[in-house]
Amino acid sequence: MTKMTLAKSLNAGLRKAMEDDPKVLIMGEDVGKLGGVFRITDGLQKDFGEDRVIDSPLAESGIIGTAVGLAMRGYRPVCEIQFDGFVYPAYDQIVSQVAKLHFRSQGKVPMPMVIRIPFGGGIGAVEHHSESPEAQFAHTPGLKVVACSNPVDGYWMIQQAIAHDDPVIFLEPKRQYHADKAEIDEAATPDPLFASRVVRAGEDLTLLSYGPMVKVCLASAEAAATENRSIEVIDLRTLSPLDMGPVLDSVRRTGRAIVAHEAHTNLGMGAELAARITEECFYSLEAPVIRVGGFDTPYPPARVEEEWLPDLDRVMDAVDRSFAF
Amino acid sequence: MSADVTVKRDVIGSDFGPQLVQGSGLDERDGGPELVQLLTPEGERLEHPSFSFGEGLSADEEAEKIRGFYRDMVLTRRIDVEATALQRHGELGIWAQLLGQEAAQIGSGRALRTQDYVFPTYREHGVAWCRGVDPLRLLGLFRGVDQGSWDPNENNFGLYTIVIGAQTLHATGYAMGVQRDGAVGTGDPERDAAVVAYFGDGASSQGDVNEAFIFAASYNAPVVFFCQNNQWAISEPIERQSRIPLYQRALGFGFPGVRVDGNDVLATYAVTQAALERARDGQGPTFVEAYTYRMGAHTTTDDPTRYRLSSDVEHWKLKDPIQRVKVYLTRNGLMDQDFADSVDAEAEELGEKLRDGCRAMPDPHILDVFDKVFAEQTEELASQKAGYSDYLDTFEPEHAGEGRAGAETASGGAR
Ligand SMILES: Cc1ncc(C[n+]2csc(CCOP(=O)(O)OP(=O)(O)O)c2C)c(N)n1
Ligand SMILES: [Mg+2]
Repeated sequence: MTKMTLAKSLNAGLRKAMEDDPKVLIMGEDVGKLGGVFRITDGLQKDFGEDRVIDSPLAESGIIGTAVGLAMRGYRPVCEIQFDGFVYPAYDQIVSQVAKLHFRSQGKVPMPMVIRIPFGGGIGAVEHHSESPEAQFAHTPGLKVVACSNPVDGYWMIQQAIAHDDPVIFLEPKRQYHADKAEIDEAATPDPLFASRVVRAGEDLTLLSYGPMVKVCLASAEAAATENRSIEVIDLRTLSPLDMGPVLDSVRRTGRAIVAHEAHTNLGMGAELAARITEECFYSLEAPVIRVGGFDTPYPPARVEEEWLPDLDRVMDAVDRSFAF
Repeated sequence: MSADVTVKRDVIGSDFGPQLVQGSGLDERDGGPELVQLLTPEGERLEHPSFSFGEGLSADEEAEKIRGFYRDMVLTRRIDVEATALQRHGELGIWAQLLGQEAAQIGSGRALRTQDYVFPTYREHGVAWCRGVDPLRLLGLFRGVDQGSWDPNENNFGLYTIVIGAQTLHATGYAMGVQRDGAVGTGDPERDAAVVAYFGDGASSQGDVNEAFIFAASYNAPVVFFCQNNQWAISEPIERQSRIPLYQRALGFGFPGVRVDGNDVLATYAVTQAALERARDGQGPTFVEAYTYRMGAHTTTDDPTRYRLSSDVEHWKLKDPIQRVKVYLTRNGLMDQDFADSVDAEAEELGEKLRDGCRAMPDPHILDVFDKVFAEQTEELASQKAGYSDYLDTFEPEHAGEGRAGAETASGGAR
């Protein structure tokens, strides 16, 4: 067992996946010698060679489009998009091709592809480097979307996503890359990829989030405990498909739900969750489902990002509002 | 297209020479035989069959102009050095250095006329300087207080564009507008305008850039594609993007390309001027490949020792764009110590202005973020803003910046 950051655990997970299956390829900008701008692919090109860890020309549409062809030829491409804001040149390939090939070919052309995207803000970066595009992909039929929040999940989820036969948009909370370390037990049996998980048990309110906001929500639950409020925190982990089981179980018990994410609030993941919760357990609800998210503006300059991003205080404010109902 | 715009079809201008020359003799690493050079790294003037510098200028005027380039380059380097230091001191979040690319930027920037329009990447600090954009304003994006605070239409200098290659299409579209306004090919030097799209060697791989070439060629748009081939796209060498010299790509799109020594301010000026002239004259697009080298890291967060040899950097140090001009001017008695000192003093002053100005830059206010999204504000956004404002008011002023769980919350982002 070793203690690792998320960056290291993703690296270890990628390495394991490449060892396990010679068809696994890594492609992206600067993923080779540099090991990616976040060093997630550090050392992989050295050990697996340039044929398997491919520094691509600077063209995201090219990365994803060629990955489609490689997947058709039996490979399992793992594409790195350097930053969230640079996925859009590849958006057409992802939405119109990757997402639809299985459907159009009636299952004859599977798309076992992983598209890794470092997402979210809080790192003081310039524009296009801090966005949360998950809803754009979760809204697209034919794509599966997951988000890891901690090193242990990083290690397992990346391997599971690579082994999965459908295309997976794999979101990595970049501000967590080098934040915390956790023990990775390589002999453990991981939770399934498309499963949500209760990460803190509670009785009075259910707090739902994923990726970078899980840590904020856990801290909020901690703070709420000092005010005698018992908050259950769920790390959704999978955004499409949603794993509603644990969510509905929890809300039926607590009667209150808040969804927190960095992404713009309107038409975000929170909206979908609020709708599903309301449809499925309306009579258990003591208050409307509340969304806490980024505002509906472009991501702002770094010097105000901490005020733009939902934080502990905004989550706590939502908790207050829920209880005041 | 308005009727008075003549679309000339002789797109392969003779000035731009033969195409697809196979490299021979000269070391490819140094640009190969096609490289247009008018001032050697040793400070010697060269003749070139197609391009010349100083035509129509008296000896004094010419010297004056070259001294001006020297000053521009020294000051531009100072902006760069100062900004790099500010980043090290935590005053900027990041900085994209232009070290080594001064001649490419000053040479091309000084060839522009007021009515020309520039679409930059994020590294065109020297071009911004030529356009008269206050260098302090360049820092805002990198400090994280704004996303470009200059008015693009004030200096005809667009906002920095971080998404690689996107601006080349904007430049082409802008040029199509210029065409439709009848501001090409009239022969009026005050009226005819050209547009310049700056981009990098890495960017040349993007779909957008290739589409820009197609559109520009198709409409014969008055645009100059100015590619600074600094040999690197972060960690990826030029070979990952192109197997032929970049300028040769132009031919396939149907317009001329030329490779100029991007560390030679005279050649860059001459070649860009000729390309701009073609555009203004209605002869369409030109691809200028300024062959240069990124002497610094990609940005201040990059560590180039991971992927390139220091011997390459040393090799290029000998081609320094400022040094060769200095040698030329001094050796020929065109610049004295007083002049050098005065430029240095000016650089000192500029440095101080940037240091003080940067630290004094006000942080943006979160509530202002809601106001500039649309030309016509929506009720939805206005009410989001009001709601957030009410929320902020619930924090007592003396505890603002603290939050419920005290300053040390795990969000990493507690106020
Ligand atoms: C669409 C897009 N993809 C990736 C990036 C990340 N990125 C920023 S600069 C850069 C390399 C650019 O190289 P080049 O075009 O040669 O310009 P240079 O930085 O050398 O001036 C990359 C990959 C980006 N900004 N935009
Ligand atoms: Mg480059």
